[in-house]
Amino acid sequence: MYRFLKDRDGGDLIFKSLLFFSAIFILLLIVAITITLIIQSIPSIKHNGLYLLFGDIWDPVSEKYSILPFIIGTLITSILALLISIPFSLSASLFLGEYLEGKRISKIIKFTIDILAGIPSIIYGFWGLMVLVPLVRALEEFLGIPPLGIGIFTASVLLSIMIIPYTTSIVREVIKLVPQDLKEAAYSLGATRFEVVRDIIIPYTKSGIIAGILLSFGRAFGETMAVTMVIGNANYIPKSLFAPANTMASVIANEFTEATTDIYLSTLISVGLILLIISLIINSIGRYIIGRFYVRG
Amino acid sequence: MKFGLIGLLTAFIMLAFSMGINAEDLIGAGATFPYPLYSKMFSEYQKTNKINVNYQSIGSGGGIKQLLEKTVDFGGSDAIMTDEQLSKAPKILHIPTCLGAVVVTYNLPIKSELKLTPEIISDIFLGKITKWNDPMIVEINKGIALPDKDITVVHRSDGSGTTAIFTDYLSKVSEGWKNKVGKGTSVNWPVGLGGKGNEGVAGLVKQVPNSIGYVELIYAIQNKMSYATIKNRAGNFVKPSLESTSKAAETELPDDMRISLTDTDAANGYPISGFTYILVYQEQNYDNRPIGKAKSLVNLLKWMATDGQKFTTPLHYAPLSESAKNKALKLIKSMTYDGKSIE
Amino acid sequence: MSGDRMEYKGYRRRRLIDKIFKATIYGLSFLLFLPLFLIFGLIIKNGISHISLEFLINNPKPVGEAGGGILNAMIGTLILMITSTIIALPFGVLVGIFLSENSKRKYALVISTIVDVFQGIPSIVIGIVAYIWIVLPLKKFSALSGALALSFIMLPTIIKSTEETLKMIPYSLKEAAYSVGANYHRTILKVILPASLSGILSGILVSIARISGETAPLLFTAFGSDILEYNILKPMGSLPLLIFNYAKSPYPEWHEIAWSASLVLITIVFIFNLIATIGENRWKIKF
Repeated sequence: MYRFLKDRDGGDLIFKSLLFFSAIFILLLIVAITITLIIQSIPSIKHNGLYLLFGDIWDPVSEKYSILPFIIGTLITSILALLISIPFSLSASLFLGEYLEGKRISKIIKFTIDILAGIPSIIYGFWGLMVLVPLVRALEEFLGIPPLGIGIFTASVLLSIMIIPYTTSIVREVIKLVPQDLKEAAYSLGATRFEVVRDIIIPYTKSGIIAGILLSFGRAFGETMAVTMVIGNANYIPKSLFAPANTMASVIANEFTEATTDIYLSTLISVGLILLIISLIINSIGRYIIGRFYVRG
Repeated sequence: MKFGLIGLLTAFIMLAFSMGINAEDLIGAGATFPYPLYSKMFSEYQKTNKINVNYQSIGSGGGIKQLLEKTVDFGGSDAIMTDEQLSKAPKILHIPTCLGAVVVTYNLPIKSELKLTPEIISDIFLGKITKWNDPMIVEINKGIALPDKDITVVHRSDGSGTTAIFTDYLSKVSEGWKNKVGKGTSVNWPVGLGGKGNEGVAGLVKQVPNSIGYVELIYAIQNKMSYATIKNRAGNFVKPSLESTSKAAETELPDDMRISLTDTDAANGYPISGFTYILVYQEQNYDNRPIGKAKSLVNLLKWMATDGQKFTTPLHYAPLSESAKNKALKLIKSMTYDGKSIE
Repeated sequence: MSGDRMEYKGYRRRRLIDKIFKATIYGLSFLLFLPLFLIFGLIIKNGISHISLEFLINNPKPVGEAGGGILNAMIGTLILMITSTIIALPFGVLVGIFLSENSKRKYALVISTIVDVFQGIPSIVIGIVAYIWIVLPLKKFSALSGALALSFIMLPTIIKSTEETLKMIPYSLKEAAYSVGANYHRTILKVILPASLSGILSGILVSIARISGETAPLLFTAFGSDILEYNILKPMGSLPLLIFNYAKSPYPEWHEIAWSASLVLITIVFIFNLIATIGENRWKIKF
């Protein structure tokens, strides 16, 4: 078998071709994935038309499908999760990148965050169902609203815990990139730490922070299992913060195996297509911003 | 070393392909309604007949769909397939396996049992009755302290035969329901939370105070949940049980067993009862199915209709009546392979 | 901090703000320990009770019967891990090599960016594609389709870590190899790759850890199974699927099993990540 690996240009040619075709293959794979989703979504687009995005009811019985309830559900949970998580991730980033950079305690916090990032989403979902839901239920009873426990609020809180590591890791890195002399100059003028953060670090890392937030948003957008287990599985546009709802990812998880008609299945696939497009856009923008930051910085 | 590794991997792949190839193992999916019964039945069947049956409880909608896609050997469904669905595929048989009751379960801090009428149930699920101490409910439940709280409605989020039976009942007893919502495995619920599977609904009702939902009897019993006594067509308040379920089936049964038992006219029959079915293709030679698999399926079905029936009552499912059993066996007998009977 | 040059009046206030800010930052950061403890603590506390030899070597039992175990789910997870790695590894490493070798060329940059962006695709969308490509034509659910979906999820990570690790290998190593007469593929395979093994391996381990916890794409590919299954052309169970099914059931016994299964899963993920991190540093060849 070693024959073709012998010192001959033949071996090199084979190897190089292998490399090349692998790369082409990956490219084709990604293109194929996108095209498959598009083709399979066409029946749905033909059948539902604009109602798909602008209607208000998801009804498999009368075959009238609007994804709007899920778009809204996804948007609300993702944005809310972001809002809740940002104070935490920014604090942790500052803690790790600036305040106690390099110290022992920093390593422990970093370790904690890395572990949180590695927990599978199904376990978050299960934990959320067993622990978070009763807590929210108690809160709802206290507030005098129907104590469902599950719903948008619970899903958002759960999501926020899950996305903290993403923003943190990116922002922490860009904070470390702030030139030391800029900071020293500020300190020598008598600035407090807070002022250095506010006037030097934050403006300098602004685009990095935005990129980190975008990436977290993209993650929250596509999260499936954890959300499915605590969001309440209601296919309507949610009327309140504590209402049950569904996200685009969770409706696919719930209904894919039982989509009895071709249009139903095609519509679910078109939900997947929209998820794909949105996550591609968000990720592209995020990486573009980071790329520019590193080039400039 | 590299080739050693490749060799090992190849061996592993070959192993993974070959091991456990028992051509006669069966895959089914569908209704959550009979899942506790099926999981017991298949576990026992494995002990005596050494055939593994993998059943995933994904809801009747899923059972129908996967059978239509031919990714499973049989589908489980409490919903009767519509003529439209049947017209899309080669002939599919509905083989009944047992009877079950869809009970209206609730989570209330009361000791005695709740009585409900068809009108009340439809109005609750339509969102017209929103509080537990609504006059209509109080009137027939004199002596029970119903709380002045909102009713949280729980329904199925997935395609469900249990839903099909329940909404079939509601469509029969409420003109308003029939026009506004209709019946089916998935409907556009006016109000409420969705739970996945019977398990999901039971879980939600169990945990959310002042909630109401519909589940198969065994789920309420296993979870020690309360369920309502319901007024049937004859005017009697009937408690769901094995007996009242069986009574609901005491009627003329059609040969293809596609019959709805809801709103039964049997005097002491429970009004929200139904058969649960195993759906199979009558002609088993499709997609290069080996005859061994077809035989295996037929044997399983025959066992479920006969010896397997002894597992029904301990789990609070009603066994098939004599006439239902005979119809089932007849349907099984009509299964063919290449046109020839499999028996 | 140099305080002497400060204006007295404003200084106090500014120092106060600084202290409050610092306390907030510290506070919020330490608060992150809370979910960690709550999650891990509860999983360990609730899960440990069921862990026993029987638990690990038995298959699930019907509802209400005691003694159910998670053997089929563990075997399923193992088989899925191995199969998806077999599919993803060769491609991932080869593409990583290609991208690092051609890192200056435009088309390589394009592919690299596309792979990067591809990393963020929700796993359920990948599951849909695997369903369309494999489950529908073969007319059956199978572990193979699940493994394929998982391998797609692994690819970007393996490609990236291979590419990044290789890029860090100094050119001098290559030069040295060429100067003793090695040709291209020999250089890559026998010199460069082994030197970057630590980074590549850790990338593989991290992606394995990631997919061992994946549930969504398996819902309609591997489909799930209660029986012990080795055949990758059949539906197969896995730890995450088992946790999902048991979690949404109303039976307390099944919830207990789900806690224990979660403990097993989290241990597996943790160990893989740990080996990846330690290995990356330990085995790293420093230049």
